[in-house]
Amino acid sequence: MGALGLPFSEEDGGMGAGPVEVGLVAQEVGRVLAPEPYLAAVVLAGGVVASLGTDAQRAEVLGELSSGNLHLALAHAEPGRRWSDTASSVTATLVGDEWRISGVKEPVLHGDAGTLVVTAALPEGGTGAFLVAGESATTTTATAYDGTRVSRVVLDGARGVPLGEAGADATEGIAVALDRARITACHEALGAMEAALAATTGYLRSRKQFGVPLSTFQALTFRAADMYVAVELSTSMVWWATMVAAERDATATREAAARAALQVSRAGRLVGQEAIQLHGGIGMTAEYLVGNLKAHLTALDHLLGDGSHHLRSLAQGVAAYDALDPLA
Amino acid sequence: MGWAGWTELQRHLWHEEMQRAGVPTPLPFNVSMIGPVLIQFASQEMKERFLPATASLDIWWSQGFSEPDAGSDLAGLRTSAVRDGDDWIVNGQKTWTTLGQYGDWIFTLVRTDPAVKKQAGISMLLIDMTSPGVEVRPIQLIDGGHEVNEVWFTDVRVPGENLVGEVNQGWTMAKFLLGNERVGVAPVAMVKRMLGRAKEVAADQLDDPVVRARVAELENELLALELTTLRVVAHSDGGEPHPASSVLKLRGTELQQAVSELVVDLAGPASLVPPDSESDLPLWARRSAPVYLNYRKASIYGGSNEIQRQIIAGTILGL
Repeated sequence: MGALGLPFSEEDGGMGAGPVEVGLVAQEVGRVLAPEPYLAAVVLAGGVVASLGTDAQRAEVLGELSSGNLHLALAHAEPGRRWSDTASSVTATLVGDEWRISGVKEPVLHGDAGTLVVTAALPEGGTGAFLVAGESATTTTATAYDGTRVSRVVLDGARGVPLGEAGADATEGIAVALDRARITACHEALGAMEAALAATTGYLRSRKQFGVPLSTFQALTFRAADMYVAVELSTSMVWWATMVAAERDATATREAAARAALQVSRAGRLVGQEAIQLHGGIGMTAEYLVGNLKAHLTALDHLLGDGSHHLRSLAQGVAAYDALDPLA
Repeated sequence: MGWAGWTELQRHLWHEEMQRAGVPTPLPFNVSMIGPVLIQFASQEMKERFLPATASLDIWWSQGFSEPDAGSDLAGLRTSAVRDGDDWIVNGQKTWTTLGQYGDWIFTLVRTDPAVKKQAGISMLLIDMTSPGVEVRPIQLIDGGHEVNEVWFTDVRVPGENLVGEVNQGWTMAKFLLGNERVGVAPVAMVKRMLGRAKEVAADQLDDPVVRARVAELENELLALELTTLRVVAHSDGGEPHPASSVLKLRGTELQQAVSELVVDLAGPASLVPPDSESDLPLWARRSAPVYLNYRKASIYGGSNEIQRQIIAGTILGL
């Protein structure tokens, strides 16, 4: 269907679409909890290649990714670090004219991939991004609580091909890809929240206790109403951030991504927790939908920065303006 | 009303700009409540008689909906209107009549048929507040101010032509009016302005990470509400308000209250000093507690927030 190539330009073998189309796909992925590495391979790993790669690299890697021939993964997170744009414990050194990458990346989403995009601290400072053949790393993969495949990737002098200009600091390009991925993750969460709300209202209507449907108890319907409010407000914020990403610069996108992520973090917790509570025991079971939705919402929340993380960065800047203007 | 040709969105944006500039917005009873009802439901004759004076504020309207035993349960109202020849004879009591002390006319819901289902026996009457038998009594509130009143009707004679629309059609008009009211009661720009001003006057406290985090969180919530308002307004053209207008009322008033709470916290001990006393303390700080106390009303009026949750659960979620 071309979904894999949506965010990439046609010259690079993609569809030339943008954040809006990617958001629609991600929302559906979240709604049905599709176990596809869309966010991991296309938006995160592909996103870094798209923002840093040379013309030739983009055409080759993204073309293959778009056609489904290449499985790509971004190895960026490092043990002991929380949601940074840079790499530190994984390092790149120049040996002769070859870059060698060493260190541990974890967690790497779907890290058992054909090609890895690895970020690494550069000898002269800054962070670079490299293409590394999957077989030159030692990868162990486990299944996270929400079914996501997470890997530990050990690199021991693995050969890396610099993405873009060799030795140049790629932090900004990485940050751009991460911000776009944050907005995409928000869409996935939005789909999951919509599904959780729909399942919950359906359950309240059909499930009988004390001889009457649960929907006759006001204490329960009011909580469902608050879930709805949270989903509506998140919808507004996520689509706004998506339009900012489609039309504005990286700085505006960074702030919009943080705002959407904060809203969705708060809403995702409320909606997921309430969905389970309003279902009662069945909501706790692995075979029922809402528990799985809550698990995935939790995973998305902790993947690229939770609410507190984004609140902290937004709080830094509050003295710099008087009233917030979404169009400023 | 000067905006006859405007879309809902244009009207909304104009309102927001007025609030942002700190300009008093047009009297809501005139332009958001009775005005649209007259346009939608009144006879041509009634429109010509009342709309120009409503637009020019030659008539200051008051709202006569709530009663002592019929607040959120509006349809339970008891004020009665009984036919006497061409006229109606009105008896009963309205309450929470906002700014009623300035009212020239009052649009009221009255019971015209006590025998049918309560929603089906209600009509809307326009009553000249200088009519014999109309008495306005002030209600003192916790903030020390006077903004609401009781309005008593004792054998008030109202001409038959002051009936809006048809007899017993009042509930339809009330629902129409309340939907518009809900859209209007999420004063996002005003609350944003309040928060922006708080940051300005309490700038020294923005070093405190707890204060900063509270401000940032409120700003984010306000942004989400602002964007949601735009979505709702853009889908409200064609008369019927978007069902999600309940979200705006619910969340708008919660945030209005939360920001006023932040302001009184920023004022701290200075909030204890009354605004009208001789003091070295800044006026914003001395006004903060009365404003905070005053805004407790926001989650009660215009259909309490519990009513809004009921509307969301019932109308939107089908529960």
